[in-house]
Amino acid sequence: MNLTQRDWLFTVTGGLLVCLVLLPLVAMLFDLLRLGLPVLGWEFLLTAPSNAGRSGGIAPLLISTGWILLVCLSVAVPVGLGCAVFLNEWLLPESRLSRGIGLSLDVLSGVPSIIFGLFGYQVFAITLGLGFSILSGGLALACMVLPFIVRTSQQSLAAVPAGYRQAAQALSLSQTGMLWRVVLPTASPGIAAGVVLATGRALGETAVLIFTAGYVLRQPDSVLDSGRALAVHIYDLATNVTGGTSHGAATALVLLALILIATTSVRSGAGLWSRYMLEEKR
Amino acid sequence: MSLTSPSTFSASAEVLPAHDQVVQSRAPVVSIDQVSVFYGDQCAIQRASLTVQPGQLMALVGPSGCGKTSLLHSINRLTDSVAGCRVTGETRVGELAVNAPATSLRELRTRIGMVFQQPNPFPLSVADNIRFPLKEHGLRNKQALNQRVEQNLRAVGLWDEVKDRLQQSALSLSGGQQQRLCLARALAMEPEVLLLDEPCSALDPVATETIEQLIRSLKGHYTVLMVTHNLAQARRIADAVTVCWVDEGCGCVVETGSREAIFVNSSNPVTRAYCSGEKG
Ligand SMILES: Nc1ncnc2c1ncn2[C@@H]1O[C@H](COP(=O)(O)OP(=O)(O)OP(=O)(O)O)[C@@H](O)[C@H]1O
Ligand SMILES: [Mg+2]
Repeated sequence: MNLTQRDWLFTVTGGLLVCLVLLPLVAMLFDLLRLGLPVLGWEFLLTAPSNAGRSGGIAPLLISTGWILLVCLSVAVPVGLGCAVFLNEWLLPESRLSRGIGLSLDVLSGVPSIIFGLFGYQVFAITLGLGFSILSGGLALACMVLPFIVRTSQQSLAAVPAGYRQAAQALSLSQTGMLWRVVLPTASPGIAAGVVLATGRALGETAVLIFTAGYVLRQPDSVLDSGRALAVHIYDLATNVTGGTSHGAATALVLLALILIATTSVRSGAGLWSRYMLEEKR
Repeated sequence: MSLTSPSTFSASAEVLPAHDQVVQSRAPVVSIDQVSVFYGDQCAIQRASLTVQPGQLMALVGPSGCGKTSLLHSINRLTDSVAGCRVTGETRVGELAVNAPATSLRELRTRIGMVFQQPNPFPLSVADNIRFPLKEHGLRNKQALNQRVEQNLRAVGLWDEVKDRLQQSALSLSGGQQQRLCLARALAMEPEVLLLDEPCSALDPVATETIEQLIRSLKGHYTVLMVTHNLAQARRIADAVTVCWVDEGCGCVVETGSREAIFVNSSNPVTRAYCSGEKG
């Protein structure tokens, strides 16, 4: 077998493998579209569900999901980023404390989500008295995605060229100045990628939310009110409601679209911020 | 818990002196006495001693891995932030004892400018590469900042090449231009001592020639310690030369002296072999 033949074989095998990976994805999407598209429309997005979700729309659930995600990210991103910055910029990388924290984060990110659900129920709903609420749910979700955000942020911070830091030290620049002006903007695409993955996991989570945010169908009055997230709704329609399949599929399509929107907006937001910080300051 | 002390990085509002105050008399003597640098158990350089007279240029030559960079980094204490790194011995920059506990890192590092082996401009605009460190050190006046940018870019012969692209990213410059920008950034802080770590190693002969001219023009104004692998370059521009070598897995200083003493009159066999190109 000569070289070009081998290259050709490689290309074909690679292509086939890619098709194999895409197949389930395409099949799933096709199924969802087939079942859900007839139901989907402005009315579905703008009306409340009725008959346990067999008819009507998902408007209150969209609002609950948005609030839960907002609570989750507005806690998890600053805390996670702060933790990553501390680990990476202030602790020496090979110190015992740094390695210990790293190890516990890895263990924590492997914990099944149901555990975070039970923990969130015990701590936020019962002990802190927040009850079944958007706040409990968002905070429990934040606990779940936190190790994830810390680890990905830490990796992107570590990937910032060492030469920048050495130059900064030799010039005796303040660590905070350097962080804002150079390190964070350089690392922000990687940090954004971590936040995007965390957003996807948070939007798709059910086990955590059933025990914390609850699953009432009505629109929440405040963050202290209970509310049902889209993923929980899909789960409920699939398991507890006969005849809810098409509405479930339509909800899944909305959820996919939402993940897509969140992903692109986080990414482009980070890109814009990075460019703004690095460009000429007058 | 091993924390690098954040207090040493805190900003103060000191304003740097004007450039025209850089006269020969400001350049201090740099003396290194019995300095050793260890990474864990491994020693990078042992009992190195040398003295650079005020305003002179000392070339530090020797084979790869003999601890030249380590020695240079011990002078402005960049070695502090390497985990497991230990420095013994006494280094003085003028009257300042580098390794004394009372010495402020900030004062030390504002007196010492450094250019690294690889060009490392910040990913900011060309002008901001010079303005950002000055702002960090408390210089706020826009006019003064812009004046410093022009003055130091002129000093490194970069002004005419980049004056129309000051707002562009410094990463879009060529390697040689980036290295000269790094030198301009160091000079803008108005140091008294310059540590240059093979500033030409990543550059082509033409860019090397430019930087060499530049370094020549710095003599007298700054005390310069320059690592180089290029013996011809050392012969052309150095006032004094230190030869390092690896002995039993550990770097050491073989000989230090004036250019003539090393290149012409040396009786040390290692120096003679190295300088004639037979070894190293
Ligand atoms: N951060 C570090 N951690 C551990 N060992 C190091 C570190 N930096 C350097 N060393 C070791 O110290 C020794 C001297 O390295 P150094 O970089 O000072 O040599 P050098 O003379 O500058 O070499 P070159 O001419 O190739 O730049 C080498 O054996 C190297 O492996
Ligand atoms: Mg070196």
